[in-house]
Amino acid sequence: MDEKKYQQLEQQITPKPKYLKNCIAAFLVGGFICFIGQFVALFYISYFDFTERTASNPTVATMIFISMLLTGFGYYKKIAQVGGAGSAVPITGFGNAMISAAIEHRSEGYVLGVGGNMFKLAGSVILYGVFSAFVVALIKTVLVGLGVVSW
Amino acid sequence: MLSIFITSFIVGGLICVIGQLMMDVGKLTPAHTLCTLVVAGSILDGFGLYEPLIDFAGTGATIPITSFGNALTHGALAEAEKHGIIGVLTGMFEVTSSGISAAIIFGFVASLVFKSKGTI
Repeated sequence: MDEKKYQQLEQQITPKPKYLKNCIAAFLVGGFICFIGQFVALFYISYFDFTERTASNPTVATMIFISMLLTGFGYYKKIAQVGGAGSAVPITGFGNAMISAAIEHRSEGYVLGVGGNMFKLAGSVILYGVFSAFVVALIKTVLVGLGVVSW
Repeated sequence: MLSIFITSFIVGGLICVIGQLMMDVGKLTPAHTLCTLVVAGSILDGFGLYEPLIDFAGTGATIPITSFGNALTHGALAEAEKHGIIGVLTGMFEVTSSGISAAIIFGFVASLVFKSKGTI
């Protein structure tokens, strides 16, 4: 079998991703996580001194706590199998990436295993988030300094 | 009050659909998808477009990872407004500290409490 035939065969056999089904699953799971988050935010707004905007900080922390419980008991993996990006894009997915890495590498010790591997998956998100924020803020600060735009 | 639950569900769901399309159609790995979304959130805040979305959708805009980029940029810009260019560095984690510290603390707690079953 030559290379071309092999590639043709490979394309035939590789299952095509079910775009619509995956998107609906991502929409429902992702939407549901945000929906739950709204209840948490409402709780912080009603019972503590938070406004609509500042409530996002404790809400995010609470969602990561929920993510820790789901990850620890092995349920988050099941959600991820159904939801795809719907479970990865919300902050719970970010928490899951760090927490599952921490649990998985515990057998290598707490310093080199847990400490060294915790940021393996989440590190790239933090790196690109921080660097793009730095560039965007720098450009905007310079533009304001030049009087091109205002805050 | 009820409407924010609906907009939260729809906007949060749509951001996840964008991520799903990037993974399925664009053939990106989940890590690449998340990084792209974070950068997108940070750029949107540079144009001042992310805060109106938060007002509209509540947690539908703050729970997806795009809000992480937004919060980083927002902290940097708020501090830069007060202290000039040095504020870009000092203000970076001002807003978003809760997400990262929560992930680190709960991650460590989880490693103390839970044992790997090889299926996580």
